Amino acid sequence: MNKTNESDGAAPLLRARGLSKHYGKDASLVRAVDGVDLDVDAGETLAVTGPSGCGKSTLLHLLGGLDRASAGEIWLAGQRVDEMGERALARLRREAVGFVFQAFHLMDELTAVENVELPALLAGQSPRAARRRAAGLLERVGLADRAGFLPSALSGGQRQRVAVARALVADPLVVLADEPTGNLDSESTLDVLRLFDRLHEAGQTLVIVTHDARIAATADRLISMRDGAFVDQTRLTGGTGGTGGTRGSLGALAGLEG
Amino acid sequence: MGKLVLAGRLAARDIRRHPGQAVLLLLAITAATAVLTLGLALHGVTSQPYQQTRAATNGPDVVAYLPPVTKPGQVRPGPPAEAATLTRAAGVTGHGGPYPVVWTIIAARGLTAGAETQGRPQAASAVDQPKLTAGRWVRPGQVVIERTFAEALGVGVGDRVTLDGRAFTVGGIAVTAAAPPYPNLCYVSGGGCMGTIPAGGFAISPRDLGVVWVTEPDVLGLATPADPLSSYVLDLKLAHPAQAQAFARANSGGPRPGTIRYGAGQGAGPTDLVPWTGIAAADGLLVQDEQQVLSPGALLAVLLAVASVAVLAGGRMAEHTRRTGLLKAVGAGPGLVAAVFLAENLLLALAAAVAGLAIGRLTAPLITSPGAALVGTPGAPSLTVPIAAEVVAVAVAVALAATGVPAIRAARTSTISALAGAARRPRRRRALIALSRHLPVPLLIGLRLVGRRTRRALLGAASVTVTAAGIVAVLAFHVTASGKLGGVTSGLSNPVIDRDEQMLLVLTVVLVTLAVLNALCAAWTTVLDTRATAAVARALGATPRQVSAGIAAAQVIPAVPGALLGIPLGIGLYAAASSSGRATVPPAWWLAAAVLGTVLAVAVLASLPALAGTRRGVAEILQAEAA
Repeated sequence: MNKTNESDGAAPLLRARGLSKHYGKDASLVRAVDGVDLDVDAGETLAVTGPSGCGKSTLLHLLGGLDRASAGEIWLAGQRVDEMGERALARLRREAVGFVFQAFHLMDELTAVENVELPALLAGQSPRAARRRAAGLLERVGLADRAGFLPSALSGGQRQRVAVARALVADPLVVLADEPTGNLDSESTLDVLRLFDRLHEAGQTLVIVTHDARIAATADRLISMRDGAFVDQTRLTGGTGGTGGTRGSLGALAGLEG
Repeated sequence: MGKLVLAGRLAARDIRRHPGQAVLLLLAITAATAVLTLGLALHGVTSQPYQQTRAATNGPDVVAYLPPVTKPGQVRPGPPAEAATLTRAAGVTGHGGPYPVVWTIIAARGLTAGAETQGRPQAASAVDQPKLTAGRWVRPGQVVIERTFAEALGVGVGDRVTLDGRAFTVGGIAVTAAAPPYPNLCYVSGGGCMGTIPAGGFAISPRDLGVVWVTEPDVLGLATPADPLSSYVLDLKLAHPAQAQAFARANSGGPRPGTIRYGAGQGAGPTDLVPWTGIAAADGLLVQDEQQVLSPGALLAVLLAVASVAVLAGGRMAEHTRRTGLLKAVGAGPGLVAAVFLAENLLLALAAAVAGLAIGRLTAPLITSPGAALVGTPGAPSLTVPIAAEVVAVAVAVALAATGVPAIRAARTSTISALAGAARRPRRRRALIALSRHLPVPLLIGLRLVGRRTRRALLGAASVTVTAAGIVAVLAFHVTASGKLGGVTSGLSNPVIDRDEQMLLVLTVVLVTLAVLNALCAAWTTVLDTRATAAVARALGATPRQVSAGIAAAQVIPAVPGALLGIPLGIGLYAAASSSGRATVPPAWWLAAAVLGTVLAVAVLASLPALAGTRRGVAEILQAEAA
């Protein structure tokens, strides 16, 4: 069993113990995630890296309640996630977790602001409040002038920034990002990294799954996965949580600075 | 030729890869073509049994109804001299009668009806000797009843009935070719009732009239000053039966005062002559309504089949697009791409046409039985080459109508975009999106799904419209049929309406089955099409129940106007199909129940695939989409 970040301070915001996800059985058993332990402190940026198929996306899906674990426990802000029913999980995703996907997963027929406000509408917010919040977030990600654009009229980086704004609309405890720069060119990657940097500065807890070592280097802490297990962890900044993890590293991203 | 073979092979392989879809498509078109075949095969189906009955009874070529005449010095009226004149008329080779007729009220088992009561000799007549199917021919104090009339009254040989209050025993049951059977005695083609009915003497519906035979003395005994003999019946045989109509026209007289007639024929003369062709046509009324039901029914079934094929084809559009890209990448031209696209559905349509023809051919005898009024069998329904060609053409047209446009689009699409496999970009309906923001989550999702695929929603609405129209047409039939029987308290069963109801039931089952198929396919297609979108919505916090309710709502939203539109369409359809060109509008609560029931059924049916669609995990779907 792998263990990481046994911090002595306050209880971690996100915690997993003995987390496993298996597919198939007997000879065809695949251990996508194999008994990992994980703690993520509030305000911390954690990067999970590893080769394709190592289980990092599966881990992210388990942490966010998108998938059911085969074994183990997950706690978010003191709440047991792995025992929740579908309705409670949906509420968790609405209120406490924000997702950012590699493929953006924006609704093609909705404008940027309509995409961003969607989780708020699903959460039952009034249309006016949802729109106000979405417009504010688009401004925060630098896309206020693109609010009425359809995704097809936006660049890859802009689409991902819209997706990040959407992830933030419910003011989540943690943002889970699955290869957020995987479909982006260098310039767009830098845009998104700058955005994450600002989120980190603002104290947003981030878990970023990536196979790109340069992205991973911007986190407070880096975990390497292989065959469903944690094989290494590296603290890249001085302390847990707080700010500065990403900002300090951005300048070192050779080739990304534009 | 080689390309055609290739297109056929590719189509056959695709059918094997998707047997479920092929079966659904086959079912939809087969149902439509079977109904169409039945409708076409019913033409002239009773003519053969009528001829057999005519032969078995030595039926007359012309039936004359003559006014009774009281000669000076006679107490009772007798046949007019005109009877003798007619028997000697040019072309007449034989005759039976004249027989006295009196209209009586027949009562049995608590039921009452009007009876054209003929007085017959106990010996067999040379012309029109009714064929006994049970019992024996007339005896004093006994009555022989026409078979459908006896069935409606629920009497058999040995039962007791009364004629104008006088008791008789049912001595026999018989069929005749000299008068239309119950309930069409008053619906002779080109004329009204056979014979005339004394004015004010009857308060019975023209549909509740039948023929009975008693001995001549018994008829004369039934005639009273208040209810005298109404006519004498003379059955004539002609040298040239084909000229019966001309003979009847040439020998009919002018109007006769003091009588009323039911039906269309108002040109009553002192002598009414009815050719055998008019009686045969009245016999055909038994299946005429079935034809009137089946023709629009086939149209509705064809429309539903088009919707089914379109929905099924639309559900695999993304897959077809990728396949098109692969074909183009290996050198296929637009023509071959379109041919491959069409070939699969055309092959299935041809198979369905053959199946529909076979089913129609096999089931037609079940619904075309000549009824109890005639003897003999209808024989095989007439499935001529033109009928077969029409059915095949309709089946092919269904396939072309539903897949022609996608085939052309596939031929025109660029190889690169086709290889990308992207289904058509969803439409943005700004007004619907804006409106949906104010609605509960399931309706928000449902309305946006409607906006994304407007054509599919329209198709769903059209499908529901057709189904609702069929249901409303059935309701209109019931109300109109009740209206026709209005005022009748006799409680006699009506074989024509019974058969119509059976036919409508079968047709309704076919239409509802097709509609169910459409609703399920449309919902499942929506589930497939919105799999990624629904997964994202769930990732953003929508519950599985909200998502499945949203998908169901996407089917229900267009179903509401569709069902409402079905009301005028159904009433119009029934009016167009009915011989009178009119339809009675069913009560409002019937229509409201039909609309609500239809919409509810759509909701239930749509929720099944919708619930099944949300069983798959969000992560699994998102990973599959990203791959």
